[in-house]
Amino acid sequence: ELKKPKKKKVLLMGKSGSGKSSMRSIIFSNYIARDTRRLGATIDVDLSHVKFLGNLTLNLWDCGGQEAFMENYLSQQRVHVFSNVGVLIYVFDIESRDVDRDMATYVSIISALTQYSPTAKVYVLIHKMDLITPHAREAVFVDRVRLVRQKTSEFIQGAGYTGELDLIPFATSIWDQSLYKAWASIIHDLVPNLSVIESQLGSLGVLIEAEELLLFERTSFLVVSNWTSEEGQNNPTGDRQERISNILKHFKQSISRFTGTPRNAEQFTLMEHKAGSRFSMFACKFTTNTYLMVILPPGEARFNSAKLNCQIARESFKFLDGPVTPGQSYN
Amino acid sequence: VSDQPPDLSSKGKPRLLLMGQRRSGKSSISSVVFHKLPPSETLFLESTARIQKDTLPSFMDFQVWDFPGQIDIFDNPTFDIDAMFGEIGALIWVIDAQDDYLEAVARLNVTILNLQRTYPNIKIEVFIHKVDGLSDDYKLDIQRDITIRIQDELCDHGFENAPVTFHLTSIYNHSIFEAFSKVIQKLIPRLGILEAMLTNLCRTCRFEKAYLFDVLSKIYIATDSEPADMASYEICSDYIDVIIDVTEVYGSWPRTQKYREALEGPPWNQKIEDQVASGCAESCMVLSDGNKPIILREVNKYLALVAIMKEDSYDKMPLVNMNVEVVVQGVKEFFEITKPK
Ligand SMILES: Nc1nc2c(ncn2[C@@H]2O[C@H](COP(=O)(O)OP(=O)(O)OP(=O)(O)O)[C@@H](O)[C@H]2O)c(=O)[nH]1
Ligand SMILES: Nc1nc2c(ncn2[C@@H]2O[C@H](COP(=O)(O)OP(=O)(O)O)[C@@H](O)[C@H]2O)c(=O)[nH]1
Ligand SMILES: [Mg+2]
Repeated sequence: ELKKPKKKKVLLMGKSGSGKSSMRSIIFSNYIARDTRRLGATIDVDLSHVKFLGNLTLNLWDCGGQEAFMENYLSQQRVHVFSNVGVLIYVFDIESRDVDRDMATYVSIISALTQYSPTAKVYVLIHKMDLITPHAREAVFVDRVRLVRQKTSEFIQGAGYTGELDLIPFATSIWDQSLYKAWASIIHDLVPNLSVIESQLGSLGVLIEAEELLLFERTSFLVVSNWTSEEGQNNPTGDRQERISNILKHFKQSISRFTGTPRNAEQFTLMEHKAGSRFSMFACKFTTNTYLMVILPPGEARFNSAKLNCQIARESFKFLDGPVTPGQSYN
Repeated sequence: VSDQPPDLSSKGKPRLLLMGQRRSGKSSISSVVFHKLPPSETLFLESTARIQKDTLPSFMDFQVWDFPGQIDIFDNPTFDIDAMFGEIGALIWVIDAQDDYLEAVARLNVTILNLQRTYPNIKIEVFIHKVDGLSDDYKLDIQRDITIRIQDELCDHGFENAPVTFHLTSIYNHSIFEAFSKVIQKLIPRLGILEAMLTNLCRTCRFEKAYLFDVLSKIYIATDSEPADMASYEICSDYIDVIIDVTEVYGSWPRTQKYREALEGPPWNQKIEDQVASGCAESCMVLSDGNKPIILREVNKYLALVAIMKEDSYDKMPLVNMNVEVVVQGVKEFFEITKPK
């Protein structure tokens, strides 16, 4: 009998109150930002298997950040928590008053991680950026990241660690699209068959004369993959993917309020918009687990034919819903 | 009477005056409703030191005046009361429901009494504000209490029929937009004609509900005769947001000339303008729940029609679009005719 490979963990860590459970609830459970005020502190580890695409289940460990728990992860549960980690997402609260202490805790965590999962990727989220006045955000972020990097390299030198440790930093807030940028990037690294998806999207895009295609996972509305035409690359809005994720996710919640259906339920099957002679767009239910958004140049006939072609293309994307095949790796 | 020349630029433009105690939320309200500031960012607003006058480019070019908190306009010789209240408009008095409101109510009473003597036609709209986080029971209790305190005072002075209306509002949900909608609707001459057009459209196309929106502020300026409910208003208003945001991302940058030429070449061989069915924005979405479509149709730069259709009616879209087109033309004519000259 074939043994399934053990799924790599995604660890979510950081000081209590830094916003870990809030982010997780918004991305994967369709909470709205305001609702997170009601979340209680996480007790020990909150384990969830988030079914992402058909063949990707995230093994997410939301680790309660109160001191006693942290000490416990670092001592008794050290092997249990830190072995077999694919990704560590470490969250810093930008408003925290005791930065030195936060850094010390962070270094202990990194130390345990490099010991048991030396190949794990590390994402550093500098969170609650909305609490910083807009014009100061960039500087505050850069400054904090510099500090984290400095502490990290001090540790590496001090411990004589020989592996590589590559931090990927993001500034985030649950109140804007920055959250989607960070999480889409995290997810992007975990999706299997990405190159197949990308090349198929490309062929579809060329066929229907699209300017851009965005493929969303249906619950989180994170962008799994995208394709942009040569002309589309002139679009000056650099953060458009996460903006669209945020926009559609919010709208999904308003629909749920309107219809009274659960937030995690499917909320719409089709959205079309023809902006005169500027552009056209449609977003539709694509495969069981995905939505496809198509940006087109204007034109009624072009629009109808693109819609038809996307219907047909569904077949060749069915693998996105496929079950887990034995032996498949998750990283 | 002032001997200064009247300010002609503001002549005929309805005016909304925002007054109330300091920190009651006036600047937040005008920033959120008229400047699209995200509610959470109102925490950074600075205290207003002088009157902020905003002329809002919209279907009827109204003005919003945001007053500093502690000013008493009747007690201050630098204010030209007549210039302030001489035009048609409404006084919006903001009361912080999460704070002790007795002083706010007392000042409001003095203001109403002063106004009633000279400008009895000014509408007085009381926004019982920051009701987010308050229980429904508590909200109603506060509203009852404030209403009684004001009505009693007015009765004592013989103004039983003063035009005072109460609204429960918060910038964290749609209630503030709903309240402004009601305020603005009172200022539109011959609103009934617009309402009748929408009611007819709903009947012909079997719509559940139709709203005519001021796109920038998302105030609705007319709706059909079915009672407006918060749920349908919210979804229509949020839909406008989605369309505006998507259009900003994909519709606001110029494509290259070479690209356009290629699009107009084979196999289409047609000018872009001739390839599209309408020069105006047309949008439709289908909800999973009952396959209910919601449609949006741009009327002009400022106005859009948004309607919720009956279940499973996406197939009827071509017919619906024709009927909607007729009403859109009607609305355009309405505003041509009623425009202040
Ligand atoms: N202003 C602001 N508040 C946030 C943000 N993210 C989370 N919060 C708030 O922070 C508080 C704590 O959030 P949680 O998600 O419960 O924190 P946690 O990291 O899971 O805490 P533990 O489970 O104890 O480790 C909540 O009241 C959230 O509403 C953010 O981006 N900005
Ligand atoms: N909870 C809550 N707070 C609000 C609301 N509206 C405004 N505020 C807050 O009230 C404070 C004062 O608002 P501001 O607009 O400066 O008051 P002003 O002095 O009347 O102009 C700010 O911190 C706002 O964020 C609301 O609807 N709910
Ligand atoms: Mg938690």
